[in-house]
Amino acid sequence: MKIIALAIVILSGGLLLYATQDFPSWADPASPASMHVSPHYLQKSMEETSVPNVVTAVLADYRGFDTMFETTVIFCAGVACFMLLRISRQTPEDRYYRHISTGVTIHIKGGGKIPDKSKEFERIDTMWTPFDLVIKTVCRFLIPFIQLFALYVIAHGHHSPGGGFQGGVIFGASIILLAISHNLRIATKRMREKLVGLLCVTGVFIYAGTGALCLLMGLNFLDYGALAPLLHVDPVEARSLGILIVEVGVGIAVMATMIWIYNNVSSAGKYDEGL
Amino acid sequence: MSDLIPFIIAKYNYWIFITLMMIGMYAMIAKNNLVKKIVGMNIFQTAIILFYVSIGAKKGATIPILEHAHGDAHGAVSHTVEVAHYINPLPHVLMLTAIVVSVATLGVALALAINVYNRHKTLEEDEIIDQIKGI
Repeated sequence: MKIIALAIVILSGGLLLYATQDFPSWADPASPASMHVSPHYLQKSMEETSVPNVVTAVLADYRGFDTMFETTVIFCAGVACFMLLRISRQTPEDRYYRHISTGVTIHIKGGGKIPDKSKEFERIDTMWTPFDLVIKTVCRFLIPFIQLFALYVIAHGHHSPGGGFQGGVIFGASIILLAISHNLRIATKRMREKLVGLLCVTGVFIYAGTGALCLLMGLNFLDYGALAPLLHVDPVEARSLGILIVEVGVGIAVMATMIWIYNNVSSAGKYDEGL
Repeated sequence: MSDLIPFIIAKYNYWIFITLMMIGMYAMIAKNNLVKKIVGMNIFQTAIILFYVSIGAKKGATIPILEHAHGDAHGAVSHTVEVAHYINPLPHVLMLTAIVVSVATLGVALALAINVYNRHKTLEEDEIIDQIKGI
């Protein structure tokens, strides 16, 4: 098997290397990829959308359909992880509680529970590890700054490198950091499973809804110029604002999906302490 | 041999991607463990992403964020944008979405691997095939 694999790999690699002699050389300004639509994007995006960051303009406006369906693909991946892994409880489970000040563990059989609001007890699993003080404190200081930076990346995507995908992933990473540094129970207490699922749908809905609103206002799907009468600005400015609305939708969807996938995969669908 | 070395140096970026891509492909075909196959898939995706980004590069160009555009009133840009000063934005747009989608597909692949482990109690491919044949 290994020899066949090596032969296939060497053969296809050799063919690809043979094909590279027709490719443009490294960093050639006149390469075919930079010839057709790319000069139009660079020269016209400022007067057509008033967004200096051409990547954002192309992402959300010129190639809006592509980005919308990429967001849908991410949403579908989140749903697929949920469907594959999530285990709904059939029988009442045993629960373990730890008294925080003394460290005594209580085992309650079959369905009984201490009210969740109780400050003196915390729920634990059979494999419980105490939090490390340094990691816990540093992460508690860092997480708000990471979230603030994520919002900056989403909001400032028009003028600097950034946008919905990057900011959404950073925001999701802050919640995942909470889940890693403490445990999954504490993270899901801050960000409930239902809320995550709802945000996932909301993000895709904001994107598709903006497109449908343009359709209702009498122009093509995702043609943000149609929003000008609603926003009381001229059509070029309306494109810039439409891109911002769509980027917020993408950010919400990506953030929620990253958290959803992490929660399901790290706890194998059980939503206990996780990793 | 003497003309091979300039050929490699002129297009060394493609050699790097093809090497990376072949490492990933070898892992996907030859490795026995399912998680190693998934890692191979990710290496393959990384090679494609690097390939696309390198296509957009231009010598001496900067990132595609237009300079001196902030103060201008929209629609009234007097100076024309010099295309050779900015790298091609299109590959960056395509790969921006591809990176996030690759993370999402990685999640789905790991979820499937967890399900396979739950059913067969192993991630080794030959042991799984033996179990399926044995039943």
